[in-house]
Amino acid sequence: MQTFLGIDLASWWFLIVGAVFTGYAILDGFDLGAGAIHLLLKKEESRRIALNAIGPVWDGNEVWLVIGGGALFAGFPEVYATIFSAFYIPFMLFLTVLILRAISIEFRSKETMIWWRKMWDIIYSFSSILIGFLLGVVLGNLIIGLPIDKNFEYTGTFLQLLNPYALLTGATTISLFAMHGSIYLAMKTEKRLHTKLSLLVRDTSRVFIIFYGLLTMVTLVYYPHMSAAFKKQPIWFAVPLLTVVNSINTRRLLEKSRFLVAFASSSLTVALLLMTFAVNLYPVIVRSTINPLYSITVQNGASSQKSLTIMLIIAAIGVPIVATYTAFVFWTFNGKVKLDETSY
Amino acid sequence: MNIETISRIQFAFTVAFHYIYPPLSIGLGVVLVGMEGLYLKTGNKAYERLTRFWIKIFALIFGIGVATGIVMEFEFGTNWATYSRYVGDIFGSALAAEGIFAFALESGFLGILLFGWNRVGPKTHFFSTIMVTLGSMFSAVWIVVANSWQQTPAGFHIVGSGLKARAEITDFWAMVFNPSSEDRLLHVWIGSILAGAFLVLSVHAYYIYKNKYVEISKKAFKIALTIAVVASLLQLVTGHHSANGVAVNQPAKLAAFEGHYDSLAPANMYLLGFVNQKEQKVTGIGIPGGLSYLLFQDFKKPVIGLNAFKEEDRPKQVNFVFQTYHFMVMIGISLISLSLLALFLLWKNKLFNQKWLMLIFTFTVFLPEIANQLGWYSAEVGRQPWVVYGLLRTSDALSKSVKANEVWFSLILFTVVYLLLFTLFIYLLNKKIQHGFDDEYKETIPDSSKRDNPILN
Ligand code: HDD
Ligand code: HEM
Ligand code: HEM
Repeated sequence: MQTFLGIDLASWWFLIVGAVFTGYAILDGFDLGAGAIHLLLKKEESRRIALNAIGPVWDGNEVWLVIGGGALFAGFPEVYATIFSAFYIPFMLFLTVLILRAISIEFRSKETMIWWRKMWDIIYSFSSILIGFLLGVVLGNLIIGLPIDKNFEYTGTFLQLLNPYALLTGATTISLFAMHGSIYLAMKTEKRLHTKLSLLVRDTSRVFIIFYGLLTMVTLVYYPHMSAAFKKQPIWFAVPLLTVVNSINTRRLLEKSRFLVAFASSSLTVALLLMTFAVNLYPVIVRSTINPLYSITVQNGASSQKSLTIMLIIAAIGVPIVATYTAFVFWTFNGKVKLDETSY
Repeated sequence: MNIETISRIQFAFTVAFHYIYPPLSIGLGVVLVGMEGLYLKTGNKAYERLTRFWIKIFALIFGIGVATGIVMEFEFGTNWATYSRYVGDIFGSALAAEGIFAFALESGFLGILLFGWNRVGPKTHFFSTIMVTLGSMFSAVWIVVANSWQQTPAGFHIVGSGLKARAEITDFWAMVFNPSSEDRLLHVWIGSILAGAFLVLSVHAYYIYKNKYVEISKKAFKIALTIAVVASLLQLVTGHHSANGVAVNQPAKLAAFEGHYDSLAPANMYLLGFVNQKEQKVTGIGIPGGLSYLLFQDFKKPVIGLNAFKEEDRPKQVNFVFQTYHFMVMIGISLISLSLLALFLLWKNKLFNQKWLMLIFTFTVFLPEIANQLGWYSAEVGRQPWVVYGLLRTSDALSKSVKANEVWFSLILFTVVYLLLFTLFIYLLNKKIQHGFDDEYKETIPDSSKRDNPILN
């Protein structure tokens, strides 16, 4: 097996796919979160400002999902094929709400009728919530494991995917995004709207901490394999510990109205949560509940060494370029939102 | 209906719907680069107004292109899991490269293109326009390469057998430059440029016909016409090249294009016709031996026909392939004639008084759009029964864990959502066009919310 810097290629690719999905969760997380709390903003002007705060970047954020999907397909075709066909209905719903959300942002401000804008506001907010929820449901089921057979084919049903634990991870994801998005909006706004959001942020962060605590307890009790890594290598215990410290720190920063740092801190929370998940699962990617031998792992689910090598080269060239101009775009639109004739 | 049929219908429906938008995005991007470039060069405000106007329409089209494209990427996994396992090693790298190099580029700079007029200088803005256009052209590269690999696989070997058989990459560049990718990429690019150019021609022909914004429309018409003349002629060349490639690499498909069954006979080339699949005969008008001549410069030479292939190894819907292919070619010829005619009249300085021609041009936007669709139908249905030509059958490519009623559910869901999407798209597009170049419309804010307006206060 080829290695690079002492890590085998498939594990490198596991890191890359993980990093891309983390990037997605951080970036789209804040605009989905902004959508989730959208209806709590009552005034037309506030809603427009909130929409324009994510206006120039949400589409770019969503591309991380596309890249993640492509990277998963490329690196672990077995995982891509198994998960996507297993979660057939959730993914179809996911795609539908993704479309509805995209067009509601686009179409909302194209007419001035009150009913028109109200309608799209509602669609926008509900689809943002559902996207977070469905992502959480998928994650929850991956934590539990799926009934996959020796050909990596899913043998369960749709309803099985909607188990209580998955519903809990779904709700936790919504609360995480809502906190993350409201911090972002507070950071991007001024005057009264800013004041309103800085109050709202306290609620959303409180709700998240409650859900996070609940989820942690349930996981430790019912799914002990999710703490396997901590037992094997206690150093990994640093990850959940950091998450807790960091969440408390986010609250502290919010009290002090240091929104930029608080935003960085809630981004870190998102990353740490996904890391907790990944370190405990690795080297398994999709856990089989029928027989551990049927699980898809980093090794048996990966593309060939040749393919992985090629793609590492592609990623090594591509990622720095993407990072550079993404930074450029964010820098262009930094500062508080101002409406002008190009706005939504 | 069995699950294979529903899955194929769903895939065909979603990809065909998606493909309404990318050609317009790519082509309009090219026209925008022309308009904004002229603005930077001449400083003429008319070009600035044109650029701003078309950027708004671009945003609308692009948005729907993105929304429907994400469906496509996931559908490989949801509906064609076996296919995904089979080709992932090869196809995945093309898709990943597309994400990194193309989609990130276009949507990254899209923000500046749409919202950046007052934030960045004109040069940076122009640069963003170019980047978005390049990004959309790149995205065509990877996806067409992947599709071409499916048509003419190269640079791989098969590992494992039975259920566990997989194609694995052996030579990246042979995969990328497989026998059909260059021809088909050029053909797809130019087809897209035609779609964008004719959209601009249509809208401005409509304005001229209605006697609105005439001066500015003439400018736009000339830019788009220049592009259309070049592109429509090139499309004939690249299409012909593609056909020659198909003759070598996918003879069963070529035979289906012309409804040619008998391998011992010379093949005709039809202009119009109908294939009687039962009697394996074509009735129509065309050049006897024309295809033989095109391929071998000899009217008498026999060409491999469908009968050279076993029943289960060749496309079934021969008449469908025949019709879609011939309509595409007819549209290609119409586009050439129309654009050359307009160019001639422009040269004679008579173009813009010909009301009838402006009326015709108003509707031409549909021609490249339809040709683009038909081209894919003939290429994809002509490839059947294979999903990967000669290696993997479509019927073997399905997701084994997905049930027919689940696909019904998603098919109905997409039909409803896409109908809604399409209606809104047409409504808003029409509204933008009707609104035209009148002064930027002012937002009317209800008094109730003005009171607390943080910006207006
Ligand atoms: C001729 C080129 C072409 C072709 C054949 C296709 N597309 Fe497409 N696609 C584009 C050209 C394009 C584009 C021009 O780049 C789009 C359309 C408008 C846009 O915004 O980007 C796009 C958008 C788009 C997106 C959203 C990207 C984003 O978020 O920016 C995805 C995931 C796909 N496509 C995937 C596919 C798949 C899986 C296809 C095949 C089955 C496919 N496209 C056919
Ligand atoms: C946007 C342009 C495209 C259009 C309009 C298009 C059109 C179609 C159509 C009409 C079918 C159904 C064929 C049938 O039912 O007989 C089909 C099938 C299919 N195409 Fe394409 N296609 C496009 C691009 C692609 C690309 C780029 C790929 C892969 C890289 C691809 C992969 C497939 C697959 C996997 C199927 C399903 C199997 C099948 O039914 O043949 N298509 N496509
Ligand atoms: C002028 C005469 C034309 C000829 C001789 C021609 C020829 C061809 C051929 C042979 C194919 C099949 C290639 C394959 O399966 O590998 C094809 C496909 C296609 N054509 Fe055309 N074409 C013409 C005009 C057009 C026009 C005007 C458009 C659109 C504006 C167009 C758009 C397409 C598309 C999108 C495809 C599918 C992608 C591909 O397979 O390349 N074609 N064409």
